[in-house]
Amino acid sequence: MLEMTVMIVGVMLCIALVLNLWRLIIGPDIVDRILALDTMYINSIALILLYGIYNQTPLYFEAALLIAMLGFVSSVAFGKYLLRGDIIE
Amino acid sequence: MSFYTELLISILLLSGGGFVLVGSIGLLRLQDFYSRLHAPTKASTLGLGGILIGSMVYMYHLQGYVSINELLITLFLVITAPVTAHILAKVAMHHRVKLIERTSNQDLVETARKQLPAKVSNSSQESNPKGSNQEM
Repeated sequence: MLEMTVMIVGVMLCIALVLNLWRLIIGPDIVDRILALDTMYINSIALILLYGIYNQTPLYFEAALLIAMLGFVSSVAFGKYLLRGDIIE
Repeated sequence: MSFYTELLISILLLSGGGFVLVGSIGLLRLQDFYSRLHAPTKASTLGLGGILIGSMVYMYHLQGYVSINELLITLFLVITAPVTAHILAKVAMHHRVKLIERTSNQDLVETARKQLPAKVSNSSQESNPKGSNQEM
């Protein structure tokens, strides 16, 4: 049952990633694109955790933690750059 | 692994995946940026929390102890998602991203935008020209 569930949730996450990519491409403003990229980070963390369950290993949690930190830092850097014209003042 | 454990993990994973999917559909379908900001920052964080708790239960049954990594990811995401949403809303306000017409109190946006350089000039004089450049 668990393998079936993991497959179904994986398909749902992949559809969600495709929808985010669609918003990233058509986004009318640059802020939409940053938001879509941030959501893609979060969804890929979920996909990596699901892959860890599928392979029965806790090895991928470090990768998920790394992606979480990098996603937050990059989104804030984009935002600060757009807001002030500079990242570190 | 017993049937009920698998059922618990499956329910957590399915609800998490459903919330993430709803957040992404909202990101694609809603009308202006400020309403699009709601969908992923709340729904996707909740969905990722569900998937993380399911993964935590599964790893507890696999290893016999709760590892700290999942808790760290949960804590980090819960802290950082509102910060990102706040910064993006601020960027959108200063870049004059279009609102839909039926947004209430639209005249307050200009006031909120103009208050920033005044506050900056109180704290330090050097960053004042930057603020006025931003206003354009």
